[in-house]
Amino acid sequence: MALLRYESQTRDPLVEGNKNYHQVTEDIVHVIENRPTRLWWIGFLISVALLLFGIYSVGREVYYGTGQWNLNKTVGWGWDITNFVWWVGIGHAGTLISAILLLFRQGWRTGVNRAAEAMTIFAVMCAGQFPIWHMGRVWMAFFVLPYPNTRGPLWVNFNSPLLWDVFAISTYFTVSLLFWYTGLLPDFATIRDRARLKWRKWMYGVLSFGWSGSTKHWQRHEALALVLAGLSTPLVLSVHTIVSFDFATSVVPGWHTTIFPPYFVAGAIFSGFAMVQTLLVITRKVMRLEEYITIEHIDVMNKVIVLTGSIVGCAYLTELFIAWYGMNKYESYAFMKNRADLFSPYGWSYFLMMGCNVLSPQIFWFRSLRRNITVTFFMSVIVNIGMWFERFVIIVTSLYRDYLPSSWPMYYRPTIWEVGFYLGTFGLFFTCYFLFSKFFPVIAVAEIKHILKKSGDVYKEKVSDIEKQPVEAFVAEHSHDHNA
Amino acid sequence: MAVKKFVVGSFDDEMVLFPAVKKVRKTGYKIHDVYTPFAIHGLDKALGLRDTSLHTAGFIYGITGTATALGFISWVFTNDWPLNIGGKPHFALPAWIPIIFELTVLFASVGMVLTFCYLCQMAPFVKKHHFHPRATDDLFVMVIEVTPRANEEEVRSYLQSVGAKEVNVQAAETGWWLGTYDKEQKLISEKVKAEQVV
Repeated sequence: MALLRYESQTRDPLVEGNKNYHQVTEDIVHVIENRPTRLWWIGFLISVALLLFGIYSVGREVYYGTGQWNLNKTVGWGWDITNFVWWVGIGHAGTLISAILLLFRQGWRTGVNRAAEAMTIFAVMCAGQFPIWHMGRVWMAFFVLPYPNTRGPLWVNFNSPLLWDVFAISTYFTVSLLFWYTGLLPDFATIRDRARLKWRKWMYGVLSFGWSGSTKHWQRHEALALVLAGLSTPLVLSVHTIVSFDFATSVVPGWHTTIFPPYFVAGAIFSGFAMVQTLLVITRKVMRLEEYITIEHIDVMNKVIVLTGSIVGCAYLTELFIAWYGMNKYESYAFMKNRADLFSPYGWSYFLMMGCNVLSPQIFWFRSLRRNITVTFFMSVIVNIGMWFERFVIIVTSLYRDYLPSSWPMYYRPTIWEVGFYLGTFGLFFTCYFLFSKFFPVIAVAEIKHILKKSGDVYKEKVSDIEKQPVEAFVAEHSHDHNA
Repeated sequence: MAVKKFVVGSFDDEMVLFPAVKKVRKTGYKIHDVYTPFAIHGLDKALGLRDTSLHTAGFIYGITGTATALGFISWVFTNDWPLNIGGKPHFALPAWIPIIFELTVLFASVGMVLTFCYLCQMAPFVKKHHFHPRATDDLFVMVIEVTPRANEEEVRSYLQSVGAKEVNVQAAETGWWLGTYDKEQKLISEKVKAEQVV
């Protein structure tokens, strides 16, 4: 049997070091089998503390009402919806990596897809908090569901983008969770079968659903993954499109534009990849997974960041151009006076957004900077700050000056409880991520094994040896393979 | 479910496994299953398994979702409680596309995952016999049923001749049962080498 696939020599191997299958299992699963490090505990406890502060902040909001926040007469959406859109955006990279890159047969996704999908799920969990608690009377949150009720039944408004959001986000969360969990089943079985502690054997036995690795099961598993990827690809695009409809279908200057769906989706991928970088740069270091999440992976993701960052930049400039070209004076006032004027009350946030999202990622045109871990980490944080300000700019600068100038002087700034809620979602996100990194395989073990012989170091060497052979020798050796 | 007797051969290289599968099938032995640590493309064809129909099931679930959303929303807005929303038509199909799409995806994926679990007979707390603990790590385990036509000793030596590294005979329950892993299955006492535990 000859080589299954030709592998380009110009690309670096996706798994470094001369690994065999058992070593792959060892390298990834040993983290789960050892006691957590001191660093893990410190990070985990800080996250839990933030989470508790967030719970207290939300508790105040539930008890006293949304008056705990500084939302005012014209700025009815403030930090909460900014944070919602920001978290949902972050939650896009995971499914993009696992679904779209699966369809495009990008081998490098295997190193990062598990952690990125986990990040997606946690980010969507955080995002969901904001609209729910923003409702104020949260005990009536179930009113958003179309259930047969005693009020008529009075149904929800299926024509409203806010209701589309309910369906989009909950579907996205469910499908991402299913996709992630079915991928985890074989890896849970791996942990179960090598467990030497009773509780671990029991726990992973339950989690693995009795997975055995049967060929028929693998066949179905592959089919399932492919179809779920095919379904998630339009889904991931639809979710942020629908989030952008929350703004675009309104008649507020600065929101009422047809560019919003593609612009939001590009921005979501941009910030999602930045968050993946932030997490994986730390994860690979702390868990010593540098041979699986290689510099090549980081390089590729930085390319996606510079691409999507530039798309977002084009969208910003297009908006400005159309605001001038469209000759709508409200639209042009929103852009020229409320946003792009540095000396307007929120002008600073617009230029911060431009600097973080459009200018700074351009350094990734240089290969040496793309492959520099420190620069990558720093940039990934900058990008997410920029993307937070993008949502802030869109929401607050469009709202704080409405059609009635007498209500203009109100300057919106958040209260400590609004900030606390935001910090609390960081707590939730990182608490979940720390638990995930301790109890779940951070890299898809079975998928790495699958690509090991195609893109591992050993295989690359084999192919390069073949390339040195004269053509006649190659033909003589490999021509009868079909009959093997 | 019945307890049957199996000859279990473990291979450590898929390049050896593929020709072995072909030879074993050609000789006429009945392969119960091959357990592998990861999906090996083409192995299902080599074993003569038919393609899965999971895709078709997914399609059916998907159009069920489409029909549910379209049917329900149009019933609500044209029949049960026609709301006047800005004087727009009651049957506002373009505005329903997002929800129709989301429900299509939701039905298809939830349905497919449940079907997958049902077909593979997988659920939490379900227990099955595992022929080799390293089948989920680095071994490819071929299991051949012992039948009157396939003599135990004969199969053993045949498996060794086609490249199995390790061959043994096991009596195993073929179905699943509810149980706990810690009590019913021996824990692996194999010592992991010191340098592998970092």
